[in-house]
Amino acid sequence: MKQKVSINVNGVQREDEVEPRTLLVHYIRETLGLTGTHIGCDTSQCGACTVHLDGTAVKSCTIFAVQADGSQVTTIEGIAGDSTEMHPMQTAFWEQHGLQCGYCTPGMIMSAASLLKDNPHPTEQEIRHGLEGNICRCTGYHNIVKAVRAAAGEEVNATSNRGEMMPTK
Amino acid sequence: MAIGNMVGASVRRHEDPKLVSGAGTYVDDIKLPGMLYIGIARSPYAHARVTGLDTSGLDGQKGVVARITGEDVRKRQRAPLPISWIVPPDIKTPEHWAMATGVVRYIGEPVAAIAVEDRYAVEDALDMLNIDFDPLPVVTGVEEALKEGAPLVHEELGTNQAYKFSVATGNDLDEAFSNADVVVKQRLVNQRLAPVSIETRGIVAQYNKASNELTMWSSTQTPHLTKHHVAEMLGIPEHNVRVIAPDVGGGFGSKLNLLPEDFIVPYMAIVTGRPVKWIESRTENLMNTVHGRDMVDYIEIAAMSDGTITGLRANIYANLGAYCRFFAAGLPVLAGLMLPGNYKIPAFGVDIYTAYTNTLFIDAYRGAGRPEATYAIERTLDILADELGMDPAELRRKNFVKEEDWPFTSAAGLAYDSGNYVPTLDKALEMAGYMESRARQQEHNASNPRVRKGIGLAAYVEIAGWGPGQATKGLGVTNQLFGSATVRVDRSGTVEVLAGASGHGQGHTTSWAQIAADQLGIGHEQVKVYEGDTAMIQTGTGTFASRSVSVDGAGVHIAAQKVRDKVLRIAAHQLEVDPADLVLSNGMITVKGMPLSEDVVAAGKLQTPEAAEEPAPPRSVSFNDIAHSANTGHDLPPGEEPGLNETAFFDPVNFTYPFGVHIAEVDVDTETGETTITRYVAVDDCGNVINPMIVDGQVHGGVAQGVAQALWEEVVYDENGQLITGTLMDYAVPFSSDLPNIETGATITPSPVNPLGVKGVGEAGTIAATPVIVNAVVDALSGLGVRHIDMPLRPEKVWKAIHENG
Repeated sequence: MKQKVSINVNGVQREDEVEPRTLLVHYIRETLGLTGTHIGCDTSQCGACTVHLDGTAVKSCTIFAVQADGSQVTTIEGIAGDSTEMHPMQTAFWEQHGLQCGYCTPGMIMSAASLLKDNPHPTEQEIRHGLEGNICRCTGYHNIVKAVRAAAGEEVNATSNRGEMMPTK
Repeated sequence: MAIGNMVGASVRRHEDPKLVSGAGTYVDDIKLPGMLYIGIARSPYAHARVTGLDTSGLDGQKGVVARITGEDVRKRQRAPLPISWIVPPDIKTPEHWAMATGVVRYIGEPVAAIAVEDRYAVEDALDMLNIDFDPLPVVTGVEEALKEGAPLVHEELGTNQAYKFSVATGNDLDEAFSNADVVVKQRLVNQRLAPVSIETRGIVAQYNKASNELTMWSSTQTPHLTKHHVAEMLGIPEHNVRVIAPDVGGGFGSKLNLLPEDFIVPYMAIVTGRPVKWIESRTENLMNTVHGRDMVDYIEIAAMSDGTITGLRANIYANLGAYCRFFAAGLPVLAGLMLPGNYKIPAFGVDIYTAYTNTLFIDAYRGAGRPEATYAIERTLDILADELGMDPAELRRKNFVKEEDWPFTSAAGLAYDSGNYVPTLDKALEMAGYMESRARQQEHNASNPRVRKGIGLAAYVEIAGWGPGQATKGLGVTNQLFGSATVRVDRSGTVEVLAGASGHGQGHTTSWAQIAADQLGIGHEQVKVYEGDTAMIQTGTGTFASRSVSVDGAGVHIAAQKVRDKVLRIAAHQLEVDPADLVLSNGMITVKGMPLSEDVVAAGKLQTPEAAEEPAPPRSVSFNDIAHSANTGHDLPPGEEPGLNETAFFDPVNFTYPFGVHIAEVDVDTETGETTITRYVAVDDCGNVINPMIVDGQVHGGVAQGVAQALWEEVVYDENGQLITGTLMDYAVPFSSDLPNIETGATITPSPVNPLGVKGVGEAGTIAATPVIVNAVVDALSGLGVRHIDMPLRPEKVWKAIHENG
């Protein structure tokens, strides 16, 4: 038996009928077609599905769509709002090479943006602790931490110490 | 040949704007009209006879469109799942079919599959299947499997042993050991790991019955290999199969394979006549995508009292799991052949034993054979250093192959391409402030504190850049490994690169653009890179074994050179000069030193429609003008073909051998057994570097996976072959708070085996990090009588080691 939900997603009011067991992440991906929110595990460990629910980062695989009835949801597609520019966190991830395969990235960016909202100038340890709910398998988190620091306005050294090129044969 | 200024720059990645915007397209983002969802019923037993398979519960179940069982698959599958590395030639391999018939041999082996209209209803329908199993005796460990009387995984083979392979070279081993001042021995367990790409595997397949054409979107590292083998398994002409790897969310080797679903899913598209989608759950991923490692080494080193190594011998026991998968047979061989590492070993011998067990098949996981080799030699060298009372860094320095030893062939018979290990060690020691850290450590530990400090170091050399055709044939590899690239320029002057690698996070879209732009004298933004579509890319091998840059990247370089040559020929004709007198840079072709004849200008040969109002400056023509000429067929030299589209297939003359030295400092809490990494320094020599930012990123990620093996990760089966680590609650992938910052540095020793001088870096960090961390932890505890602890060094294991010795 389907239930009616009314959810504001990225500034657009949606009215849909969903099964009570439909997870918010499936509602976002399958019903709304917003595929930037990803699924990486069955058990709420990986955080690839992180979105903002009424301004707070949540794992959308741990919430039923019906629980989000009457709420405001922001996904990666809506994080920049009306701006034609990227959100500063998106820019920071790009500039600091905070992503490789890109699969965890939307969830990571949503979590990181929420982290800075609560704590605009976190220490490195606070960043590492704050992102514990999001697993990245590619970057070793090094550049993700740098990206969050950069987004927080810190000067982050972007250069590498790999040395000069040598002539080839 | 020179490499220009476009290569070697930390260019921001071209692929990122869409990925940070959630606008990538991964397999699960693809939705086709009328698409069905596939569910797979899997064995809950590690070894059992299937005594009943009743699908009648699905009758009348809403939305269930099709069901297949092992019998259906067996009738339809034309060839078993392919094995691409047959080594040694006498290896015993069971036929591996996509679905079990009669007997299941590992947890999760497919026994039936269904196609259902609704994604959620798949799980409901799977519950309606009634399958009976009669459990059989189980063997999970490699050493147990090789024992007399062990349960047989494949009765028809008459043994669990797949092969025994031996290598012995150099001086007499027994003599080396009997004449040695010191002999150290150690048993080392390289535990089983799960690759855990954050995107699980997934396939969408669509079949056109009228034309007998199959299109498959797959989260794969090897679209062209997949195309070949899917065609073979389905009995469809290869040119009727198209495989597309869209954005792929990581692989680490786990997606280079051909696994049961690579047959089941397209077969379901044929059965139903509708598009089908299968997305692996995380539990399926941990249970049924390949595992890595699972080797036990018994290693012995003979040395003189001054630290000179005189001999090395080892027995390697490698678990293959229930079947021999794509590259699996070769990995223990690599683990044996790379054992000599960075060192001169006058007498060398290794015996390799492999066995089938009732566990998931093992295959390539980041490093694939080389981490096992490096861990074994580097761990044992620390034990030797301890025995000799020698500094671990100095022991390595003493035995390193030196610059003057090149051309160098290792004790295992591998000709290393190039290397210079001492400067790399020195750079790592300097970056880490090694001497000062040692002094601080000794002072700190002297007071026998609760938290002890340890310093670990390891050198590595790996075999990358797979690879040279004839040499890999000699090693038993049956598939292609050469590089493939097309560089084509369209009428407006924008450039497309079509490459045979298949990136899934490595930044090829950016690096290949840099390589091509460098040769074409244009900005990298003017180049767009395509990979991963077999209908579009001329041919390809895929991305694995740190091969992409040194093989396909080199192909891009060569194809771009061919385009450059043609651009210069056309420009020379138009400017009436010799091509050798032209310079191509910043999008312009200019004559060096020679005035342009007036009649050329008067004849308007330089003028293109766009440039008609403004005569081109004398003695030069733009790259875009030449692109226009080539693509309209206007103003070409006599006999020159129109078009600007060149392809190169690059077969390197040898593998590459990247190397490096990593150093870590750790704090070990003796009361909790917990390890904290306080510093990590990685100095890697991967030859020339195309994009240092991307190379650093590869090192970071590789180190993270190596550290994770050293400290946390382990796939665990119980004595019944039941998987204990089937979710990310149980399989300990590290979080951001677990890992340190990673300080990267480099030395640069170009490879002579490809025109870019690159060696590859994808696996380096993973190879180095495990011995570094274990050496550091054991170093911290050395004053407490702890000589070795097997990975993963989880707190309870470390705590026990301290207290057993205390």
